[in-house]
Amino acid sequence: MATNYGPVEIAGVIAVIGVLTYACRLSFIALFGRLDEIPPVVERVLRFVPAAVLAALVLPSFVTLDAGSFATDKFVAGALAAGVAWRTEDVFATMVTGMGVLWAIRFLL
Amino acid sequence: MDTASFRRGVRDVAPLLLGIIPFGLVAGIATVNAGLGLPAAVGLSVVVFAGASQLAALELLGQNAPLTVVVATAVVINLRLLMYSASIAPYFREFTGRWKAVLAYVLTDQAYALSVASYRSDSETDQKWYYLGVAVTLWAVWQVTTVVGALLGTGIPDAWGLEFAIPLVFLAILVPAIEDAATAVAAVVGGAIAVVGAGFPLNLGLLVAAGVGITAGVLTESAAGGTDGD
Repeated sequence: MATNYGPVEIAGVIAVIGVLTYACRLSFIALFGRLDEIPPVVERVLRFVPAAVLAALVLPSFVTLDAGSFATDKFVAGALAAGVAWRTEDVFATMVTGMGVLWAIRFLL
Repeated sequence: MDTASFRRGVRDVAPLLLGIIPFGLVAGIATVNAGLGLPAAVGLSVVVFAGASQLAALELLGQNAPLTVVVATAVVINLRLLMYSASIAPYFREFTGRWKAVLAYVLTDQAYALSVASYRSDSETDQKWYYLGVAVTLWAVWQVTTVVGALLGTGIPDAWGLEFAIPLVFLAILVPAIEDAATAVAAVVGGAIAVVGAGFPLNLGLLVAAGVGITAGVLTESAAGGTDGD
């Protein structure tokens, strides 16, 4: 799907995300000495960010509740890739499995 | 400049490039698929330089989600950089402000993981130049591969379903993020809510799912108890 946003809006979004992302990176590196550690409460919350966010990014691409748009090829490819990811924790192997299975179902079956 | 340490960093990061190269290509292709051009691909990779958030932002822009939702989603994904910044800060405390600004710009999952592992096991290596060997290599490869992806992007047929490579990349990063029962609960709840929330207005599904998933993880850990001060 293509965006309807114009170049100025896109540039603005990139700039804002960039500044906020850089602020996360620089935060404690710059403040060390004045703020040596993440407050424990914040750290407890941050610990769950990768798992929750990544799962929320992944799962809707493999499964949908809408029967009309449910894609069996993506579901099967996603499930097998998940198995490979689990065993190898390797980006390349996971991609090869997922795309390989998707293409096998689409073009060979 | 300590070239030996720099080269050691480059050598240590080389095997990881096998995962970074396809990730960068996909990020470039996704830029074109979202209806954006080469300048946006370069802009995202240079200004943001954080793959998962770049891909999520592109997907939401392609769906014409509200810009506030695009920004909030990308920033939530990058909050983990706060953890890396805090964890690596003690090793950088001797450097000048200008060096800290540069080192922070190239801080990534991989640069953090390799450098801290090296700092803990080996005191001979120059910390700044080892880190730069890892991080600058990742930066350069990321820039080149996103540009190549954006140039290739227009020539690839829809039937190939290349956008499917995006969740596959996230899947491979998700597995190591599930460290214990509480993070597993955060992932299961976050994933399930995102599936249910795919039809939420304003593309808020991901943000709501992340929020509920994180909350579920925190509550699970509190219920299990005893991990405070960990």
